[in-house]
Amino acid sequence: MSSDARVLTTRVDWLLNWGRWNSLWYLLFGTACCGIELMQTGGPRADVDRFGAVPRAVPRQSDLMIVAGAVTYKMAERVRLLYDQMPEPKYVIAMGSCANCGGLFTRSYSVVKGVDLVIPVDIYLPGCAPRPEALTDAILKIQKKIQSERWVAKRRPLLHGRA
Amino acid sequence: MLEPKAQPADGVLRINMGPQHPATHGVISFMVETDGEIMRKATPDVGFLHRGVEKMAEITSYPGFMPYTDRVDYLASMFANHGYAMAVERLLALEVPRKAQYLRVIADELNRIASHLVATGTMAMDLGAFTPFTHWIRERESINDFMELICGARLTYNYLRVGGVCADWPVGLTEKILLWLDHFEPIIDEFNRLITGNEIFINRLANVAVIPGAMAVDWALSGPNLRASGVPFDLRRCQPYSVYPELQFDLAVGTGSRGTVGDCYDRFWVRIVEMRESCRMLRQLLAGIPEGDFKAKVGRTIKVPAGEVYSAVESARGEIGYYLVADGTDRPVRVKIRTGSFTAVALVEPISRGLMLADLVAVIGSLDIVAPEIDR
Amino acid sequence: MDVREIFQRLEAKLGSVGLALAQPAAGDPSITVPAARLRDACRFLKSDPDLAFDYLRCVSGVDLKDRMESVYHLFSTQRSHGVVLKVVLDRGNPEVDSVEPVWKSANWFERESFDLLGIRYLGHSNLVRVMMPGDWVGHPLRKDYVEQEHYHGIPTTRPDPVGGEDA
Repeated sequence: MSSDARVLTTRVDWLLNWGRWNSLWYLLFGTACCGIELMQTGGPRADVDRFGAVPRAVPRQSDLMIVAGAVTYKMAERVRLLYDQMPEPKYVIAMGSCANCGGLFTRSYSVVKGVDLVIPVDIYLPGCAPRPEALTDAILKIQKKIQSERWVAKRRPLLHGRA
Repeated sequence: MLEPKAQPADGVLRINMGPQHPATHGVISFMVETDGEIMRKATPDVGFLHRGVEKMAEITSYPGFMPYTDRVDYLASMFANHGYAMAVERLLALEVPRKAQYLRVIADELNRIASHLVATGTMAMDLGAFTPFTHWIRERESINDFMELICGARLTYNYLRVGGVCADWPVGLTEKILLWLDHFEPIIDEFNRLITGNEIFINRLANVAVIPGAMAVDWALSGPNLRASGVPFDLRRCQPYSVYPELQFDLAVGTGSRGTVGDCYDRFWVRIVEMRESCRMLRQLLAGIPEGDFKAKVGRTIKVPAGEVYSAVESARGEIGYYLVADGTDRPVRVKIRTGSFTAVALVEPISRGLMLADLVAVIGSLDIVAPEIDR
Repeated sequence: MDVREIFQRLEAKLGSVGLALAQPAAGDPSITVPAARLRDACRFLKSDPDLAFDYLRCVSGVDLKDRMESVYHLFSTQRSHGVVLKVVLDRGNPEVDSVEPVWKSANWFERESFDLLGIRYLGHSNLVRVMMPGDWVGHPLRKDYVEQEHYHGIPTTRPDPVGGEDA
């Protein structure tokens, strides 16, 4: 491809990505205590709406899933179902220790030892519960990840391939 | 994987609400059988947040279990801490210093306000009124700041220890909280102007899902739900613990002011009144924090003599009771946690017959059920 | 009313076979009732006007290694007194009558006790699992419970990244 064409596709890529990283709509999916910090992050003080991230109740309309809280075996299948219902391109933040690796409940009989045993995860956010500033940082990292994606010249391989 | 089931051909629609749903206050699922808009019944399906906290008690030691009690009700975790600490202290026959008792109850009442903020705010939001919830989240941030100054954490505090609390009262915090109380009490009036007297809000809640007092007692409802049904039962009054015998406060009992005693509006109104009473108690407590130790001298490993105890506190959602069985070692044999939401969610099925689908949201919100309390 | 008076009234009604009052030095006193007389005892405790135990606070199952117990915490909202009833069950086959006909709140408490400990409550209207998924094998709160290796394809352990023993 000529260098002029590459500049053009880069600009188009940047424009598409700019639209997407500034409107990351997240699925309202708080399972446990981290869900409350998720709510507070969407609240007036640590306002995540200024980044364009609004909560959606339906997975069909969201492109970011923040798994906030411990996932149990009973819930794991529903998590997979919700994840499958989200349209591509989609991203997942595992928020809190319980979603990362089982956390405080690693020795429990009913908690999945990390949500990445069920769905692929982009960003792992440690904390118990992570502060709203930490969650904001995680969302900013997803934005950074989106910045380097390419659409026009090379078809981006599905990051979240079928398991 | 989950397979969709075919609907039986009897004209009744079976849908499930949850477990991921903005109005179910956590991961609870309701299997709803509905004939158009009128429900036949709504059966709760719980266990999506069952993390095995009671089994963890048998694995961790007595002091190590305190953070797990936070997660039992993360919206008002101090009560769960308090109940557990009281249970262990009763078996140890340990005397908690007066200053520690005061600090515990101050943290309790701050948590009660914080929890009712979320309860009433999400109830309004579920019915469609989004603005009051943002006001309440802003006020809850102030309480989170105070809790951070007290113990370092915003949400799951682990503030209490067996024998007292973990840290002394910070200098200057009393004045900050008193200033905030002066700011907050008029905000309750602002909230009432916004939503409590709103015609649509009242129509959605009054005379909906009436729970008579006898039914509430038979189904072991507790806390504001029980008081809204006209039963003046409050553990702080009827089985007082800590410094509650010295405090002046009134019980908020449902009177059917807009509908019938025990309807959803009463359950909402009782929570608003309780917030005011908590402010009143906080002023009394902050005026008289005694001098002394903030923690009794307890060893690093705690061995509790063999015995059993049931110790209950009046939480924002009802009664949090700990049935603790000890056998002389440093780990409990059994900890059973009894919560207010567990008994409240059992009532959803009998109450929901004949209600409309939109009323189910009002019922769940007014009973203030949260998933961690039910599932533990 | 203190626990000795309650015990005497219960003894007068049911006879003293199998009834026992335990008043340990540390903790709460409790009354042990034989499993066969549990429902009669509960009906009496609820209907007697001086006792008036109308509030079933908690039903717990306890797995002590040699036996199981089903423990009932009762309270009276009118008289503000409480009592603890206990039923000792055989660990190999723990079964007891359900007290759901007496207090409706027993419904969910007994379901939980069945789910997590395997105690069967006879006469319960809907004794199915409440916390664990419907196809879970085993009763987790038992002392000899062994976790299964996989659940619907999800592994139940995770290798420890810092090289300690597996979680």
